[in-house]
Amino acid sequence: MNWGSASEFFAMGGYGWYVWMSYGVCAAVMVAEPLLARRRHRRALQEAAESGGDRDEG
Amino acid sequence: MNSTNPSQAVLPPGSRLRLFTFAAPARFYALMGALLPWLWGLTIVLAAAGLYAGFFVAPTDATQGESYRIIFIHVPAAWMGMLLYLVMAFWAGIGWAFNARMASMLARAIAPTGALFTFLALWTGAFWGRPTWGTYWVWDARLTTTLILLFLYLGYLALVNAIDDVKRGDQAGALLALVGSVNVPIIYFSVKWWNTLHQGATISFKQAPTMATTMLVAMLIMTFAFWAYAFATVFMRTRAMVLEREAHTAWVDELAKGRMPS
Repeated sequence: MNWGSASEFFAMGGYGWYVWMSYGVCAAVMVAEPLLARRRHRRALQEAAESGGDRDEG
Repeated sequence: MNSTNPSQAVLPPGSRLRLFTFAAPARFYALMGALLPWLWGLTIVLAAAGLYAGFFVAPTDATQGESYRIIFIHVPAAWMGMLLYLVMAFWAGIGWAFNARMASMLARAIAPTGALFTFLALWTGAFWGRPTWGTYWVWDARLTTTLILLFLYLGYLALVNAIDDVKRGDQAGALLALVGSVNVPIIYFSVKWWNTLHQGATISFKQAPTMATTMLVAMLIMTFAFWAYAFATVFMRTRAMVLEREAHTAWVDELAKGRMPS
């Protein structure tokens, strides 16, 4: 175990700014990307349903 | 809509698995969908294990203190950025040479994820460079060639999206991707060929590792986590792309109607 307390953990031996800016942006980006991909998938499914429905009725 | 619907089952009942079975977009779509929960589960488990090992098991570095812990995302991101470029160029080339639609879609779907990992390699590298080298950025061989890699990804995306004709877009993209792949070995060997601030290869097959074993293990677990993540996001994007391109077909029509909320 490297850390005596939570504040020690977040301080990262004085390198907190560098470590958490790296990990924070990495985490944010890796959460955002799959969400965007899921939105694109849902939109494609929705558009396919709408255009398919028009064709059948028309 | 039940599970015997051929558009939803990974393989229709009674069919045999052949080399090109999954080259058909409908089958590939179903296969990717079936793999996604496993890939996301694997990503989360590996990332949790890798972060635990990186922050709680790996010791403090003797010379760099805690700042070195950026390595657990920096090196995997840089590896994925380079690897995904080669994979993208490979599938773009296959799609071009054999007129394989699925391969071209894969190539297009890989590009944003590869660009993202390359950006993360540069970003985390900047925040590691500042405390260790005293600067966020330097026009050094490794850093400059990695920046070129990012521009190659962005150029590829801009090019394929600027051409309305899908097939011509795929072909132009393949040409750019294949020519640009020359850059990847240049990045890899840049630390040997030029006098650079950047340290040499983290892992060498010729000599014993210079890192502590726990550090190495944490880094490799994070690499596998990023790998699983890349498969999962690329598959999600490919599935969206299949639906966009195949919107006129009967199977997409059926699928979309069955899945739509009333």
